[in-house]
Amino acid sequence: MTPLQRRALLLAPFGFAAIGGSAMWVLLERLRDGAYDPHAVPDPMVGKPVPHFALPGLQPGSGFDTAEVLKHAPLLLNFFASWCLPCAQEATELMRLKQRGLPIWGVVYKDKPDAAAAFLKQNGNPYRRVAVDEPGRVAIDFGLYGVPETYLVDRQGILRWRWAGGLSPSVVRDWLTPLLKTYT
Amino acid sequence: MTRPARAALALCLALLLPPAAHAIGDPGEMLANPAQEQRAERIGEQLRCLVCQNESIEQSNAGLARDLRRIIRQQVVAGKTDEQIIHWMVARYGDFVLLKPPFDPSTLLLWGAPVLAVGAGAAAILLVRRRSAAAPVPLSEEERKQASELLGR
Repeated sequence: MTPLQRRALLLAPFGFAAIGGSAMWVLLERLRDGAYDPHAVPDPMVGKPVPHFALPGLQPGSGFDTAEVLKHAPLLLNFFASWCLPCAQEATELMRLKQRGLPIWGVVYKDKPDAAAAFLKQNGNPYRRVAVDEPGRVAIDFGLYGVPETYLVDRQGILRWRWAGGLSPSVVRDWLTPLLKTYT
Repeated sequence: MTRPARAALALCLALLLPPAAHAIGDPGEMLANPAQEQRAERIGEQLRCLVCQNESIEQSNAGLARDLRRIIRQQVVAGKTDEQIIHWMVARYGDFVLLKPPFDPSTLLLWGAPVLAVGAGAAAILLVRRRSAAAPVPLSEEERKQASELLGR
């Protein structure tokens, strides 16, 4: 073995450690700024039309169905529940979007209508229309796996964006606002 | 037996035993027809619970898992095939819902990783053996003299 080979062999483990360390650092950085989420669920419904559904309304309002959504799109469809903490946290952001003139329609997920009505009274009501999906069956057709979840429906009734989790100012700024420019 | 050894043995035994199969606490959830129920369970075991993520739909106590179990059973009774039911889930939740990822271009590296690892190991072994098998370079006249001096011959 030549001295050069020997040196290379000696340094190799350090090289591997450096590469591994840098990769780990990049991973942690991406985890921290939200670019990478290992728990993220894919959005197979994005790019597909709004699924067929018809839901009763939250009294005294009337419910809505797919045709009704198509007639009023583009709009934001937001699934929420009174028992869901991030739903209360995202309420301010939804109110801000309402003030920007974006139509937001709400769907109560697995919740009693009374509880949902009390929730809206307490946290403010950003919705133009509110329907109730008490069994949570329609939500499954949207590929929903928890609340809150928000969907952007474009003019043609195609789902253009899904956000699982509460809306925050940075989510609206980085994700929703650019899409709104394209689709509304 | 020492305490850590006993714990290790218990762990090994636990791993040997089949996992506690089902979270279905409510027998009312199960289908009356045992063959259909078995089919539904087999399908549910292949599907990831989206809420807890490392449990199958059959194992999970999450509300969504319960809903999906009910949907599987409704579709089994309606005469849907396993493929149709699984496709129904994938259309809503993507390949992520499959506990066993499908073999396609995007998962080529995942499925190929063991082959790659074994190949790399085999290549390394071959390389090392070939090198050590090569005959050593014969000593020059100068080196031979030095060697015999050092050996005191």
